[in-house]
Amino acid sequence: MDSIYKEEILDHYKNPRNFGELEKPDIHVEANNPLCGDKLFMDLEVRDGIVQDVRFTGRGCAISQASASMLTEEIAGKPLTELAKMTRQDILDNLGVEVSYARMKCALLSLGLLRLALVEAGVSIAEQMEGES
Amino acid sequence: MHTTTNLPEETALPPARISTAEIAASDPPIVNKPAPLEMASLPSKAASSTDWEKVRADFPILSRIVHGKPLVYLDSTATAQKPQVVLDTMENYYRTTNANIHRGVYELSEVATDRYEKARARIGNFINAKSSREIIYTRNTTESINLVTHTWGRANLHEGDVVLLTKMEHHSNLVPWQMLAAERGVKLRYLDLDPRGVLVLDDLEAKLQGVKLVSITQMSNVLGTINPVEEIIAAAHQAGALVMLDAAQGVPHLPVDVQALDVDFLAFSGHKMCGPTGIGILYGKRHLLEEMPPFLGGGDMINTVTLEGFTPNQLPWKFEAGTPAIAEAIGLGAAVDYLSAIGMDNVHSHEQKLTSYTIDIMANMPGVTLYGPDAAHKGGVISFAIEGTHPHDIATILDSEGICIRAGHHCCQPLMQHLDVPALARASFYIYTRKEDIDALVEGIKKVQAIFG
Repeated sequence: MDSIYKEEILDHYKNPRNFGELEKPDIHVEANNPLCGDKLFMDLEVRDGIVQDVRFTGRGCAISQASASMLTEEIAGKPLTELAKMTRQDILDNLGVEVSYARMKCALLSLGLLRLALVEAGVSIAEQMEGES
Repeated sequence: MHTTTNLPEETALPPARISTAEIAASDPPIVNKPAPLEMASLPSKAASSTDWEKVRADFPILSRIVHGKPLVYLDSTATAQKPQVVLDTMENYYRTTNANIHRGVYELSEVATDRYEKARARIGNFINAKSSREIIYTRNTTESINLVTHTWGRANLHEGDVVLLTKMEHHSNLVPWQMLAAERGVKLRYLDLDPRGVLVLDDLEAKLQGVKLVSITQMSNVLGTINPVEEIIAAAHQAGALVMLDAAQGVPHLPVDVQALDVDFLAFSGHKMCGPTGIGILYGKRHLLEEMPPFLGGGDMINTVTLEGFTPNQLPWKFEAGTPAIAEAIGLGAAVDYLSAIGMDNVHSHEQKLTSYTIDIMANMPGVTLYGPDAAHKGGVISFAIEGTHPHDIATILDSEGICIRAGHHCCQPLMQHLDVPALARASFYIYTRKEDIDALVEGIKKVQAIFG
């Protein structure tokens, strides 16, 4: 459905927020989605368990890139323990569109990236990752 | 149970478990005359008189509505749609004949065996194999290639031996060789591509030095490039190498004559040529197949089994362990009859016309980049990119218009790396594709550009 290409998503795709790299990141993580060839990289600066600054780069489809852009807006200034509670549904709610099964991986790549960063920081994640049981 | 093992070789084709009369009826040696047809409703053959709209009407799925729009199916390279005759043949098999083959001495099993083996003979005729013993049923092209790496490869390739591949290969003709290379220390070498996506053959002779086997695609599933396989096979044989063709895109779209090509192994899938999924073919020259060890072990592939060991069955069953895909083999037989009735020269020229038509339009669309050679050197495959838009977004928007295209790496990640693209969008054609489908694609691309512009 092309209805997923609403204005806000296209805007985040064309003008991604927090796009780039941090000079001295505390955490650097990468994730990719072999289905689309989507790639995402994220840098975090963390002090006292709180995200001070965040940047991302990547290349891929509108859904994966917009989702990452929106996520960076969401996590800046938040404690890691709170981010550990973020769920897949939170990401989909942020996107605010109906994501088909085939595109779910694109939409959730950013969450996978954030969770990699949390693992890196030694924070345990509340929701189980896809494929785990 | 082995009551007929003393029959003359050519007539003793089915495993020796059914009556002599049935054997004679079930697998005649292949001769170059039209194969018997499973069903009556086949398209007419004459080149100029092929009614392509009538061909299209044979495919019930094409009248489907998707997202409120008529279905425009442009992903035949991934899998082809099935004509009514194939659906009917398989349904008829399950409704009237279903039984395990090469087993029971009862009517159903004998008829099932007969239909299964007659399909093999017709498939052999389709590619002009000398004997149906050279036609091995597998699951698909991938399994056919793995059969060769596991049996011929393990028996013949040793540390330092070289296998020559190309940079345009599908993962199915790369990974099995990489696995063998890791296991055996076999070296892999690759033929290069020029910027159009055509194989560079200037250094073919040098590349063939010390090569034991060449394994290449007959037609690229991404670029559509039709490779000059006659030339490569001749040069390889001159250099003392055998040749396997990945004909997953070749056999469905081009006339293929294994004897004229003098190819040693040839692999293809049923589902890309109007047949069902789950059935594929490995063709191999008989003397090579005879020398190869068996592939999977189990029922049907054996002659005798004791607690101490086994002796393998004759060709082709030596490579067919376990209950095979019986309905699927019979369905592929019907698909082969269907394509034969149209004529493979006709199929190819129909697709070339569509390819020319598409390239003429799309090459002039601003922001659209086409990949692969010109229409004269390729089959009905159009890979493209739209500036500023990821192929998955293209495919999603086209889907909303009822148009099915493929987006991604097309199981050719090394080729994507060579072309320096993360992914591509691909539209591909078959006998039921018409100009209106391409016009719909072009309108869809304009819609993509409007959304992402």
